[in-house]
Amino acid sequence: MKDWRYWLAEQRGTLLAFGIFIVMFAIYSANHPAGFTANVVQTAANKGVLLAFVAMAQTLVVITAGIDLSVGMIFTLTNCMASWLVIGTGLETAFGVLAVLGTGLLCGAVNGAIVIYGRLQPIVATIATGAVFFGLALLLRPVPGGSVNEDLADFLTGRFFGVVPASLVSLLVIVLVVWVPFSRSEFGRAAYAAGSSETAAYMSGVPIRRGKFLAYTLAGLLAAIGGLFLTFFTYTGEAAYASGNAYTLFSIAAVVLGGVSLFGGKGSAIGAIFGALAFRTIGDLLFVFDFDPLWQPLFQGVILLIAVSLGAFALFRVRNRLEWFL
Amino acid sequence: MSETTLGGIAGRMPKFLRRADPAVVTAFACIVILLLLGSLYSRSFLSPEYLLQQLKVASFLGVIATGMMLVILLGQIDLSVPWSVATGAMMACAAAAYGPVGVALAIPFGVLCGVAIGIVNGIGVAYLRIPSMIITLATNAVAQGLMVVYTGGFSPQDSATAAMRYLATGFTIPGVPNAVIIWALIGAAMVFVLTRTSFGRAVYGIGNRERAAYLSGIDTRRIVLIAFAVSGGLSAFGGVLLAGYASKAAQSMGDAYLLPSIAAVVLGGTSILGGRGSYLGTVAGVILITLLQSILSVMQMPEAGRQIIYGVVIVAMLLLYGRAPASR
Repeated sequence: MKDWRYWLAEQRGTLLAFGIFIVMFAIYSANHPAGFTANVVQTAANKGVLLAFVAMAQTLVVITAGIDLSVGMIFTLTNCMASWLVIGTGLETAFGVLAVLGTGLLCGAVNGAIVIYGRLQPIVATIATGAVFFGLALLLRPVPGGSVNEDLADFLTGRFFGVVPASLVSLLVIVLVVWVPFSRSEFGRAAYAAGSSETAAYMSGVPIRRGKFLAYTLAGLLAAIGGLFLTFFTYTGEAAYASGNAYTLFSIAAVVLGGVSLFGGKGSAIGAIFGALAFRTIGDLLFVFDFDPLWQPLFQGVILLIAVSLGAFALFRVRNRLEWFL
Repeated sequence: MSETTLGGIAGRMPKFLRRADPAVVTAFACIVILLLLGSLYSRSFLSPEYLLQQLKVASFLGVIATGMMLVILLGQIDLSVPWSVATGAMMACAAAAYGPVGVALAIPFGVLCGVAIGIVNGIGVAYLRIPSMIITLATNAVAQGLMVVYTGGFSPQDSATAAMRYLATGFTIPGVPNAVIIWALIGAAMVFVLTRTSFGRAVYGIGNRERAAYLSGIDTRRIVLIAFAVSGGLSAFGGVLLAGYASKAAQSMGDAYLLPSIAAVVLGGTSILGGRGSYLGTVAGVILITLLQSILSVMQMPEAGRQIIYGVVIVAMLLLYGRAPASR
């Protein structure tokens, strides 16, 4: 009888993010000059999906109570790589896609190995590996350029049956293939447990190291999928420091909006996806209301600041002041 | 965990013991090795002019790393450095455009803008209990947004005042650049604050265990707020000096200072978990990073290679002595 209540409490963050997204998107499409058409939805989906992939990557790491400040750089690196490799005949393209995804896995595994087996703080370690990934990206693409298999790109960024954006379908497939099996596996539970209380999880014999390692590795994979899609949208590769950093930052905003606790152990990638879509829509609201695009960075920064400050309301429920200090 | 904390306190008390911190010794040894390697590559590497030039370049990073160290000692981190630096530089240059009063107030105004960013960070961390890396990323984004709106997306046209240029490039004492003197003064003040004042003790105490510090009667939230404000102010002051060095401010001038400032502090043996570390180590870290940058640029290493070597060196050094204690 109380099953649905339990489910509701668990999914509150996700549902809230879903609600914010629906409201924002309603305002957005109602005020868009073209209205709610397949074209508008497709453009919005293509922009949102990029951030959604990176936000999913960030979620996996945040769940373990870590943080990955290199996701944006893995995203940039794989974008540059895809602009070299994902081209040519069908077989060559397939090989290129596999190579790009493999690179993402490898980047994630390096992060995981350094953080878990090297016992370094995730913040410093991933800032440093981020510099390495960006250096590699710059090595691959000193100047923007390259190309991509346009048939595949158009297929994955177009629409199915004229209405359903293909990028959204791809996102759904990735969720079903990567997130659902992970979160239901032993290692997914270990990642949650490690984020919730590492000591307790260790004492209960949960494989926290392998769980966390898998989380970091899959985060690399998801960021690489994002980088692949960026290449499909832009047809080029570019080692842009600012854009890589922005994606890292926005992924954290999306995760927070999506109800994933930055202290670990709480939240889901589904929430983060809606957080990402909501964040993108809020950013684009400025355009439909005809604001100067110059205000967009400030607007997004303020949203981020408000989003992270919302968590502070929990403080009012604290009875014992010692609970301020975790 | 508690054993290492106790060890940290005991190791900090006698001065000569702290001097013998293995991390600091390693950092200085690395400096010597870098100098030797550099001198193999080019004879002029050990000349006093070159070394002084390096010290001058290092002093900008040194000023910024001083603030970063204070925050890291608390067990927090300040990721708003890039746009605190740029905001300080841009606002100081902007004030200079407002007549003689503006010129006179340019430097304090720039620093105050940095302090304002730091205060927002401090309120978020200390009073709202938001994880520091998140709130500082957010304020960094807001500062960037404000500067983009202010400059219209281009590098501002206002140039640095004569006083800023004098501070960054002039010579009060012949042979010693002013920037080095400023770093020395700020460093001395930091050493005094950390070792001789109750504020300094509170900083180490909070870094070790904030709960214990709170229970021993320290207003921990105020200390954290002040530390973040100081860090923001020092970042902005670093930006003011940089603007004086280049005679103007630029959009992404601060981007190149986030990773180096954290790396300098951590390579100097300050624990990223807080509560442990000496300013001498930070000095060593700053010089180490600057020399590394200089050698890479003398070897005409492209930006890509520099980033890679940078990241690898930092991870390697951290793996040598920056590891967290083995699990439980």
